[in-house]
Amino acid sequence: MSSGRTSTAGRAGQYVALAAYVAFLGFPLLWLVSTAFKSTKEIALGGAALIPDAPTLSNFSDAVHKANLLQAGLNSLQVAIATTVLTVLLALPAAYGLARFRTVLRPVTLGWVLVSQVFPTILVIIPLFLILKQFHLVDSLTGLTIVYVVFTLPFCLWMLIGFVSNIPRELEEAAAIDGASRLRILRSIVFPLLRPGVVATALFAFISSWNEFLFALVLIQTPDKVTLPLTLSRFVGAEGQVQLGALAAASLLATIPSLLFFALIQRRLTSGLLSGAVKG
Amino acid sequence: MTTTELAPPAPAAAPDKPRGRRPGRLKGDAWPLLLPALIPIALFSVYPLLQGIYLGFTDSHAGLNQVTQFTGLENYQRLMHNELFWSSFKIGLIWALSVTVLQFLAAMGLALLLNANLRLRWLARTLSLIPWAMPPVVTGIMWRLMFDPNSGPISSASQALGFGQLNLLGDFTTALPAVIVVGVWAGMPQTTITLLAGLQGVDDSLHEAGAVDGASPWKRFLHITLPQLKPVIIAITSLNFIWNINTFDLIYVMTNGGPGGKTMVPALFAYNEAFRYGHFGIAAAMGNVMVVVIIGLLLFYLRSRLKEERR
Repeated sequence: MSSGRTSTAGRAGQYVALAAYVAFLGFPLLWLVSTAFKSTKEIALGGAALIPDAPTLSNFSDAVHKANLLQAGLNSLQVAIATTVLTVLLALPAAYGLARFRTVLRPVTLGWVLVSQVFPTILVIIPLFLILKQFHLVDSLTGLTIVYVVFTLPFCLWMLIGFVSNIPRELEEAAAIDGASRLRILRSIVFPLLRPGVVATALFAFISSWNEFLFALVLIQTPDKVTLPLTLSRFVGAEGQVQLGALAAASLLATIPSLLFFALIQRRLTSGLLSGAVKG
Repeated sequence: MTTTELAPPAPAAAPDKPRGRRPGRLKGDAWPLLLPALIPIALFSVYPLLQGIYLGFTDSHAGLNQVTQFTGLENYQRLMHNELFWSSFKIGLIWALSVTVLQFLAAMGLALLLNANLRLRWLARTLSLIPWAMPPVVTGIMWRLMFDPNSGPISSASQALGFGQLNLLGDFTTALPAVIVVGVWAGMPQTTITLLAGLQGVDDSLHEAGAVDGASPWKRFLHITLPQLKPVIIAITSLNFIWNINTFDLIYVMTNGGPGGKTMVPALFAYNEAFRYGHFGIAAAMGNVMVVVIIGLLLFYLRSRLKEERR
C-alpha cells in the first residue's frame, strides 16, 4: 500500500496492530521459556508472571533424566541427518535432470509433487505400515528414515528444480563450447551457483524430519527408539500429574535445533520462499 | 509449505539454435539421474497410496494371518451409520474452514503491515516466522501451557478480572474454538509470506493513480490490491484448507479429540480406527472420503486458476 499518505493517527494504529501481531505470535513462545525456568512450586501457585521468581534449571535436568530425552534427541538427530543427506543426494541429480532435459518423467514427477502435498497421510500410513512390517522395518530408525526420505523428496525436488532453472542455461552452453566436459561444467558452474538452493533444501529436509510426528507415532514402539516429538507427546499423555515445568523444558530443548537452523538461514529462506513459492 | 505454482517456468524456446544438437536434449539421458529418486518414491509412497485406496474397499484389519477380502462399499455403509464419523467430519469441516478463513484474514492484515514502510518491520517479519520453526508437537504442548486452567496466563488473567478459572481445552463449548486459535497461529507464517509475496507484485502506479483520484485506502485495497491478489489468495486458501482438513498432530497433542469428541477431526478418527481398534479397512475408507473432498477442492482450485489464466 502506498505509505506516504498515511496520517499520523493511521500510522499509530499500524504500530498498535503490529504490536498485537507480535504479541500473538511471540507470547506463547515467551511463556514456554518462562515456564521452563519456573520452579514446580511457582507453577503450582499459578499466577501470570512472565519472569520467574527464582529461575531454576531443575526442570531441564528433570526432563533429561525422566523422559529419556538424550536418547530421543540422538535418535531424532540420527534420523534427521540421514534423511537430509539421502534426500539431497537423491534430489540433486533428479532436479538437474528434470530442469534441463525433456522427458516424460517431468510431468509425472511434478504431478506427484502435487499429489504428495495434498493426500491425507493417514491413508498412506496403513499400507506403509503393512509393507514395512514385511521387511521387518517397523519399529526401526532405518524404516523411519526411508519413510521420511520418500515423503520429503517430492517437495525438495520441486524446490531444487526452481533453483536449477534459475541458473542460466547459456552459462553451461558457453562452457561446453569452450570444450569443458559435462562433469567439469557441473563442478565449476552448476554446483557453486546451486549452493544456496541446496542449503535451503537440506534445511527443509532436516526440519521436516526433526518435527515429524505421525509416522513416528505409528512406526516406533520401543522406548529406546523414540524420536523427540514422540517422547514429548508421551510426556503429555503420561498418567497422573503432568510436570509442566519439565514438559516446557523438554519442549524448549526439542525446538532449539529448529530455531537455530532457522535463525542461521532465515534471510535466505524468506527470499527463497518469496521467489519460489508463489508466482500467482 | 507453500507449494502453489508447481511447474517451474518452462524453458525458453531458442529458435536460433538447432534443436536436438544441444547437449542433453536427448530423451534417454535424464533417466539415470531420475530413477534413484523415483524408485523409492514409487515403492514407498505411490504404491502404498494406491494400496490405501484399495484397502478402503476391503475388510482389512490388524491381527495374525488375517485374509483381506474385497467388500465393496460395505465400509462406507458402516461409516454412514457411525455417529462419530459424521461428527468428526462436521468438526473437521468447521475446523478447516474456520482456521483457513481466520488465518487468511489475520495473515492478510499482517502482510499489509509488513509491506508498509514501518520501523521495526524486520523484527516483526522475523518474529512472524517463529511458528514455522516449531515442531507441531511443541506447538501443541506450548498452547496447552497457555490454556492450562491452573497456571496458564489466559486462566490467570480471567481470574484476575474476576471471571474465575478457565479450562478452555477441557470445556465442551470452548475446546474447538481454542484449538482453532492454535491452528491459526501455527499456519500464520506460510500464509503471511505467500500474501506478502503477492503484495510485492502489486502494481504501485495504480495505487498512486487511485490516491490522486481521492480513493480511500480501503477502497484502493478493495478495488486495486484485492483483484490483483486473487490468484494468490485462491491458491493459498485452497491449499491451507486441504492441509487443515488433514491436521493430526496439533489436535492429538492438545486434546486427543476430547472433551467428549468435541475436537475429534477426521484424521484422528481414522488413526484411532486403524491403530487403536485395528480396523484398517474402515480407516482407509475414511481416508478415501477425505480424498474425494480434497479432489473436489483441487478441481475448484484448478478451474479458477484456468479461468484466471485465460484472461
